[in-house]
Amino acid sequence: MPEAIRRQVADHPCYSEQAHHHFARMHAAVAPACNIQCHYCNRKYDCANESRPGVVSELLSPEQAVRKALAVAAAIPQMSVLGIAGPGDPLVNPERTFATFRLLAEKAPDLKLCVSTNGLALPDAVSELARHNVAHVTITINCIDPDVGAQIYPWIFWQGRRVRGREAAAILIEQQQKGLAMLAERGILAKVNSVMIPGVNDRHLVEVSKAVKAKGAFLHNLMPLIAEAEHGTFYGVMGQRSPTPAELKALQDECAGDMALMRHCRQCRADAVGLLGEDRGAEFTMEKVEAMEIDFDAALQRRLEFRAAVAAELETKRERAPQASPVTLHRRAPRPADDGRPVLMAVAAKRGLVFEHFGHAREFLIYEASAAGAKLIGHRRAAQYCFGDAECGEAEDVLAQTIRALAGCEAVLCSRIGWEPWRELEAAGIQPNGEHAMEPVEDAVMAVWREMLAAGRLVRSVAEQRCA
Amino acid sequence: MTLAIIESCVNCWACEPLCPNGAIVAAEPFFAIEAAKCTECLGDRPAPQCAEICPVEGAIVNELDEPLNPPGSLTGIPPERWAAVRREIAAR
Repeated sequence: MPEAIRRQVADHPCYSEQAHHHFARMHAAVAPACNIQCHYCNRKYDCANESRPGVVSELLSPEQAVRKALAVAAAIPQMSVLGIAGPGDPLVNPERTFATFRLLAEKAPDLKLCVSTNGLALPDAVSELARHNVAHVTITINCIDPDVGAQIYPWIFWQGRRVRGREAAAILIEQQQKGLAMLAERGILAKVNSVMIPGVNDRHLVEVSKAVKAKGAFLHNLMPLIAEAEHGTFYGVMGQRSPTPAELKALQDECAGDMALMRHCRQCRADAVGLLGEDRGAEFTMEKVEAMEIDFDAALQRRLEFRAAVAAELETKRERAPQASPVTLHRRAPRPADDGRPVLMAVAAKRGLVFEHFGHAREFLIYEASAAGAKLIGHRRAAQYCFGDAECGEAEDVLAQTIRALAGCEAVLCSRIGWEPWRELEAAGIQPNGEHAMEPVEDAVMAVWREMLAAGRLVRSVAEQRCA
Repeated sequence: MTLAIIESCVNCWACEPLCPNGAIVAAEPFFAIEAAKCTECLGDRPAPQCAEICPVEGAIVNELDEPLNPPGSLTGIPPERWAAVRREIAAR
């Protein structure tokens, strides 16, 4: 990754794997209107217990959004980014979106601005984005073939008409590709999100990854489809399945040879607040925000100090390990035949450390440890008790669900763990490990891997050795 | 000749800027069309703009209370399938 881009994303949690351990963002839910329908989205949805794109609890005016952003930025010095990601499409609500950016830039010029769009209105918005110093744009691109697109997008609104089927997909694809190229020309960093939909675009995404790289995208984020019947989406209701973690990883590995891949995405709500994976939105409802007293200058000072401290810490780390880069380039390297096999491990992490009690973790970071080092390959959500809608259901035991979510992992690292989950994890073939509490995640993962290697548990099978 | 917005509206604002007559009001608890101003876009646009962009089936109706976007027409979910799934979820 070029040094200029590395610096540009160094404190953006959604664009840099390293930054996401330290920096927080807020999504301002000011953009309700949308100009397309995707089969994984339901425009009617709002549930405080759900976390996924397109879901919000409270729609804000630009003034309210800025008030909230300043409150968040005062309470959370890690805050470095304000993004607009919906609940519709920011560029279909240009007045609200750009008013939010304008007002925020006056009061908190240190915050980076970004948008996430479906791309249909992007070519017409690029100049305006540049004028407002929006330095990061994410486009969701699920296909470059209209026949594939016709299975994902039932309609788009285009030039005063609802256009359907293949024709709709063809227009959308053309606009997305045009918009992407225009961003690259302007030097605005473009990340591409793609939703992996088994049987629909899963094979096609390899081609998409190559195409968007050629057009100038600097980072590709392959995300699993979220589809549950109770979400009321086309895919959910029609029984379209989501990819398994193993299928997603295989696709990511296949695309990794072509471009930088993002593996730390949490598929946030359109009103998410805080560090990725720890939503603090409930602390900042408009009612609470209105009651907060804020010293803007002191808050700005705290943010700048925090950023300087993190930069210094990361600089030290980089000097210690010169190959580290904020976005990991996952390339397939030739393997020596006598090294141990790679192992997946789950980590109850916070701020880059083995931090949490197993039972308190809301999510686990998944690392692949091998002789080449520890590499983040994704995250899995821990099962949570849902106190929401009765329709959500609570059929299965929470511990059993979490253990199922960790399928494929051979160890789980946490700060502490109770006796019962310990026993159940062991029975499921996942070794709990509480010996590395508060250590940096990657060091801890590698220490556990080396212990497994020394214990002779990582010998490759004959077939694997032949492949290597 | 006038359209109306009914309670299934999700207040997404998509229709409001498109109306050539400025007939759409951000009313509470859901948006409304000022009947006197609505022309169903005749002469201005190829089709009623609010109904063309509205993402919610059934939310916009004509004078006969017929939805311009009937069930299944926007999501592609067959209504009988949706009904069956809802029964299934309720029974859990």
